Amino acid sequence: MARPANQLSNDACPRLPKGVRLTHNEAQGGWVLLAPERVFKADVITAEILKRCTGEATLGAIVDDLANTFAAPRERIHADVMNLLGGLVEKKLLELD
Amino acid sequence: MTTNGASSPAPLGLLAELTHRCPLGCPYCSNPLALDKRDHELDTATWARVFREAASLGILQVHLSGGEPAARRDLPEIVRAAHDAGLYSNLITSAVGLTPQTLLKIADEGLDHVQISIQDSDEISADHIAGYKGASTRKRAIAGEVVKLGLPLTINMVVHRANIERVESMVELALSLAATRVEIAHVQYYGWALKNRAALMPTREQVDKAVRQVESLRAKHRGQIVIDAVVPDYYARYPKPCVGGWGRRSLNITPAGRVLPCHAAEVIPGLEFWNVREYSLADIWHASPAFAAFRGTDWMHEPCKSCPRRDQDFGGCRCQAFMIAGDARVADPVCHLSPHHALVEQLAAAREETAYSYRSS
Repeated sequence: MARPANQLSNDACPRLPKGVRLTHNEAQGGWVLLAPERVFKADVITAEILKRCTGEATLGAIVDDLANTFAAPRERIHADVMNLLGGLVEKKLLELD
Repeated sequence: MTTNGASSPAPLGLLAELTHRCPLGCPYCSNPLALDKRDHELDTATWARVFREAASLGILQVHLSGGEPAARRDLPEIVRAAHDAGLYSNLITSAVGLTPQTLLKIADEGLDHVQISIQDSDEISADHIAGYKGASTRKRAIAGEVVKLGLPLTINMVVHRANIERVESMVELALSLAATRVEIAHVQYYGWALKNRAALMPTREQVDKAVRQVESLRAKHRGQIVIDAVVPDYYARYPKPCVGGWGRRSLNITPAGRVLPCHAAEVIPGLEFWNVREYSLADIWHASPAFAAFRGTDWMHEPCKSCPRRDQDFGGCRCQAFMIAGDARVADPVCHLSPHHALVEQLAAAREETAYSYRSS
């Protein structure tokens, strides 16, 4: 079912599903997200978020980790993560366990 | 021959036509009328080398296609080679001739995604379009096997006059098969589709209705399935950015090893295509005359030359400009700004209830 970004639960464990992978490619100049017949360029921040979406860490823990690692305000990170991941869930590029 | 002087950007995708053999006879097939013979097909080792070269060039995804890729007995080795080269692999299949055993093998070899074509939600119509009795049943069965293996599934539905009234039920079918993605691909008139154009062409009203239906299906099923649509350009105002621009994003390798900027490029006279048996993929991408022919914007005539959209749609399709207006350098006649646009209107109006010329060698 469709889930607006603000309904992603902090206890959910986000994970890239089978057939979606994040990879770094020199010739393409950076991080790319590969999906069925589609390629998305990913900036460094997106890559840092997606690297942590292993299905093991909760959304809340991911936000905490990013806030600590990058010494950034937690509310801002939370909003950015929710926006990014909500969009990816809608495009079937991310699953929430 | 002009070039824009800048080095060519790295391509993203490779369409690997492994064979032109196929059990089906779909009248809209994009393969050329002159199909490559089996004994001219590139062998496994050559494909493996080509995949390694593709990865070095920066290519990220390979689309294993044809004809019917499952007609290749070495398909598992080919998938393995794509995986070993670090390419993301998509199998573009009719599912007819693909057994569950082979599917399991190629999943084990690292295949990333399967796209299955379905000709119609109405099974009798579907088998009639494919020219193969029982095709629809086989496709649905293999779709189930793909999902069981945990591989993502896309359903590709080519839309034309015979099935355009069933866009809604075709999307519902894709949902019921647990596809994560469905492509509503309005026919593009190249190869066999061009030959069968009068039999395939829908009316403008049918197309407008289908476009509206896709929009509301997208809203209805947001988050459940991704609906990608390929627009029917004969009824458009502006042309499509064909293959993302000539020699910019992708390349196509025929079963016999010829490298093309797009699957229809051989219709344009005077282009020199290079073969992977003789040149590396990098040399072909950067230096082959066929790729240089329409790269950038220097080759353009008016109205494209000074059009604000020229870097957006690249003047549309070179092959279509040649086939309809007789000159590969002019604006794609699909564009309402093309002086040849009236030809497209005439062609779209030339609909006939006529039998299909089924694809065959």
